[in-house]
Amino acid sequence: MSIDHATVRRIARLARIHVPEDEVDRLGAELSQILGFVEQLGEVDVAGVEPMTSVVDAVLTLREDRVSDGGDAQKVLANAPERAEDFFVVPRVVE
Amino acid sequence: MAAAALTGLTLAAAREKLRAREIGAVELTHAHLEAMAAARDLNAFVLETPERALEMAAAAGRRLKAGEALPLDGLPIAVKDLFATDGVRTTACSRILDDFTPTYESTVTAKLWAAGAVMLGKVNMDEFAMGSANITSAFGPVKNPWRAKSGPSAGKDLVPGGSSGGSAAAVAARLALAATGTDTGGSIRQPAAFCGVAGIKPTYGRCSRWGIVAFASSLDQAGPIARTVEDCALMLGAMAGHDPKDSTSIDVAVPDYTAALKRGVKGLRVGIPKEYRVDGMPPAIDALWRQGAGWLAAEGAEIVEVSLPLSKYALPVYYIVAPAEASSNLARYDGIRYGLRVPGEDLVDTYEKTRAAGFGAEVRRRIMIGTYVLSAGYYDAYYLRAQKVRARIAADFRAAYEKCDVLLAPATPSAAFALGEKQDDPIAMYLNDVFTVPASLAGLPAMALPAGLSPEGLPLGLQLVGRAFDEETVFAAAAALERAAGFTAVP
Repeated sequence: MSIDHATVRRIARLARIHVPEDEVDRLGAELSQILGFVEQLGEVDVAGVEPMTSVVDAVLTLREDRVSDGGDAQKVLANAPERAEDFFVVPRVVE
Repeated sequence: MAAAALTGLTLAAAREKLRAREIGAVELTHAHLEAMAAARDLNAFVLETPERALEMAAAAGRRLKAGEALPLDGLPIAVKDLFATDGVRTTACSRILDDFTPTYESTVTAKLWAAGAVMLGKVNMDEFAMGSANITSAFGPVKNPWRAKSGPSAGKDLVPGGSSGGSAAAVAARLALAATGTDTGGSIRQPAAFCGVAGIKPTYGRCSRWGIVAFASSLDQAGPIARTVEDCALMLGAMAGHDPKDSTSIDVAVPDYTAALKRGVKGLRVGIPKEYRVDGMPPAIDALWRQGAGWLAAEGAEIVEVSLPLSKYALPVYYIVAPAEASSNLARYDGIRYGLRVPGEDLVDTYEKTRAAGFGAEVRRRIMIGTYVLSAGYYDAYYLRAQKVRARIAADFRAAYEKCDVLLAPATPSAAFALGEKQDDPIAMYLNDVFTVPASLAGLPAMALPAGLSPEGLPLGLQLVGRAFDEETVFAAAAALERAAGFTAVP
């Protein structure tokens, strides 16, 4: 599997990571190498095998439906890069 | 006691001496803080918390004096920078978390503090726990306190392994009695082996993941790194337990792990997985593995050969599943609510610039691999197939445990290598985890312990892998191996 220039650009966009133009081809080669390594899984017979979804045999339990936490805006906002009163400030999204 | 004698104590011995009032909690913590200051060139700690340590030690001292000692009262330990610590900067050793200071405490560290342990500081690690040499940290690499006496690495700085490289180096260098680690594909066991110390990854679900920065949620588990098997048993006893805040933490009783240490291995069936005899394994590691089986046999264990036919596919499965989960988990780092923000022309540009500047090369690479294998048109071919092969790998282990009670294998395919080696070849770096990844995929408890030295004078570890939730058998076999190996070498 070879990852071409356009595919690197598409993945970078999906992953929301800016990739400078001069790094695209090197990154493509690295990703191709890793995908080449994992390609050997094609050899394994997986007919009729259920994909693993839980590591240990356990049923997820439901939590009691009551408020146990929250209502602490100061703690939530303590690490905000930018805030105004009790809100996060984000870049303008609507012109 | 002299400071060096204090830092040289095992956790268990220090515990006894504190209780017998032979040493004081503040004195013990002070000795460790001094050792940390004297060993800063190792770069094991990314944040020292001496004031908090001395406060905690003083409180422990008062309890000890009053005869109200908690299980780990007054014992100074280091915390991997992946655990959220209330009011203490937590970065996962990534630039993207910047100076993130949690307003909450991870469940595992909260349990350790409730047991009286003393926090010395936060230790270095690979960025987001992605790495096997502790070279991807935003704070720079950690040096292994060990040095090769001969061979091509002689005289060079060696890597401590990773991702819990700071944890293992700090414990090996006698800067902490023990440390917390996390293990996703070998991140406790591989650095423990490289640094000549012990470490256990418990069964998936044994320790709460709440408050631990997530890497790959179906694989991540917390566990201790310490200098002896008994010290690991004491630590894990305090760290483990059900937590309603982690829906994957399992509600089963935590046994007294220290009681299992005295069980012995008489009649225990120890499996030797034949597929782990890989090409190019150094003769010293193969010899140590045979020696380990011999030691256990001499103690009355029955050695049986078992087969784990799909072992060679564990690494490729891991390098689909772990990046896939990471790409999802790390989507939260968007520069909006916490951590680094690099302003862009619009919202998407802000995301992209923030993530490009905040994530290191290995993390970016893994996020992109994960994004690719989960993307439309590739999900079935990569991710779904990997999860099917993973189910078959887990089935291999179940079949093996019909013939044996615990598996014995090497911990790593080599001793610690020099800083700078394997840096440019991701696949060569990934092969470090060839013996540790399978148990991670199957969620099984696995322990590494030092058992001998390479011809170059570097520590080599053996690994024991048990059935799910049977850490006790792992501890029993590890204690027997430790007694037989008599590993006393120090860096």
